[in-house]
Amino acid sequence: MTLSLSLSHRFADFALDIALEAGPGITALFGRSGAGKTTVINAVGGLLRPDSGIISVDGEVLLDTARGIFIPPHKRRLGTVFQDARLFPHLNVAQNLMFGARYAPKGSVGPELSDVVTLLGLEDLQTRAPATLSGGQKQRVALGRALLSHPRMLLMDEPLASLDAPRKQEILPFLERLRDGPLGLPILYVSHAVDEIARLADRLVLIQNGQIQAQGPLFEVMSNPAAVPLLGVREAGAVIEADVIAHGADGISTLRISAGEIELPGVQAPIGARVRLRVLAQDVILSLTRPEGLSSVNVLPVRIEDIHPGDGPGAAIALRAGNDRLLARVTARAVVELGLSRGMQCFAILKATTVAPGSIGR
Amino acid sequence: MTPDAAAWDALRLSLWVAVWATVLAIPLALWVAWLLARREFWGKSLLNAAVHLPLVLPPVVTGYLLLMAFGRTAPLGRALDAIGLQLAFHWSGAVLAAMIMGFPLMVRAMRLAIEAVDPKLEDAAASLGASRASVFGRVTLPLILPGILAGTVMGFAKAMGEFGATITFVANIPGQTQTLPSAIWSALQIPGGEGQAVIMVVMASTVAIAAVLLSELLARRVAARIAGA
Repeated sequence: MTLSLSLSHRFADFALDIALEAGPGITALFGRSGAGKTTVINAVGGLLRPDSGIISVDGEVLLDTARGIFIPPHKRRLGTVFQDARLFPHLNVAQNLMFGARYAPKGSVGPELSDVVTLLGLEDLQTRAPATLSGGQKQRVALGRALLSHPRMLLMDEPLASLDAPRKQEILPFLERLRDGPLGLPILYVSHAVDEIARLADRLVLIQNGQIQAQGPLFEVMSNPAAVPLLGVREAGAVIEADVIAHGADGISTLRISAGEIELPGVQAPIGARVRLRVLAQDVILSLTRPEGLSSVNVLPVRIEDIHPGDGPGAAIALRAGNDRLLARVTARAVVELGLSRGMQCFAILKATTVAPGSIGR
Repeated sequence: MTPDAAAWDALRLSLWVAVWATVLAIPLALWVAWLLARREFWGKSLLNAAVHLPLVLPPVVTGYLLLMAFGRTAPLGRALDAIGLQLAFHWSGAVLAAMIMGFPLMVRAMRLAIEAVDPKLEDAAASLGASRASVFGRVTLPLILPGILAGTVMGFAKAMGEFGATITFVANIPGQTQTLPSAIWSALQIPGGEGQAVIMVVMASTVAIAAVLLSELLARRVAARIAGA
């Protein structure tokens, strides 16, 4: 299942010009508001006709402006979950779910009502009216409704953006289950929240002013120093995988990464689980010598792979730690004073607070 | 005192004319309401003005214009006469007059209901695989149904009360074109007719008040339903 698209669309104030492929797993489209993300989703879903472009799913052409092909949205079999859940107000939860199931093609393979109700925890909501649901509940129903239409792919347009942090935490595990579960449904996921993407995405496409700035596997793009300004200096940072190997009685857990062991508080996952860690670039401190007498015990030997000066007083440093890549953000002055250069061996200190509980998943 | 035969005839004819006028106007009113609510096209404000014209024109003027268009000597009237359809001085003309006079009220209620439906809901339905007809039938129509009913009730009440255009276009022939308002007017013209006039006033008021109450009830339901979004 692969979606390929190439689009051009001119707006009053900017032009969208994008080509990308989205295969299995979650492909995240990241960019600030107005970068053109929603236009891409709407064009794929058929809710917007771009000025020119080609969109196909596994070779089946959905749009080809040059040949005058436009498959209407209801024949595309792409389920969409919108930021505003868009539940039908005259139908209750069960009827909303059945609305999706009604249009699943006969004989198509996909989740049944009971699967979706269990997966999304909708057992107690069946007879409720949409108006009485919380934002998180609405999104779960909207997601279930889309799944029941047995789409070939799921399009998600900022599905968590209108939810507060606790509601987000309520939905994220469901999205992870969807990604890792037996459905194996490809998802095109639009967001401007780095934390969601760090937790969910397999591939990442960065969009700015209607143009793709970087794309590739999540771990690569997140640790690319050139991506720092696109993600925002406070949000930028590598995502690495770690195995949980022990939980201490004091609430500190030990995790193994390719460069060694680190200790973190607040890890919920069981021993043996593989989790994602988000290591914010601004929370990584560099030292030329192995530091002694620090309150942080997470010190990793690293090698400097790249130094990327920013527009301001900061510089982004790409680091190799075992098989992983990390990103550190230091001042340009520090680069000079420490004499940092490519290929240099040094030590990275990760603050124990680096990993928010919400950033750990899988 | 009890209603005489003429009063019953007038009530029966008024209800008959109003039901026909309303039923025939619903599809057209819904279509025009849809155009005004959802489409952009050249001449949209002209159409809007034309729809509302019967509200602002003196009804006698509307009746006279109908007579000019559909009278026996008018081209349109002659054409219809050739296929056996006579509107002027016939109850079917009263249906046309009532339709035109009630039309703005029907379009208005339906247009408001359509405008209250978020097109994003229709997009969502399409993304799930619903064709345009299914989207209309399963999403749009249920959401605007209370508005359609409210508009229908208003159109019906207006048709029941229509006087000026009707009497000008189809005259006031007892048993044939004499609707309730025309009959009340006639009763008031003859000495000692007040008694029957009062009875018919009660009849007309009862129907009108019932219609408005029903419309209010339905309007409240549409509001509650769409607030659920």
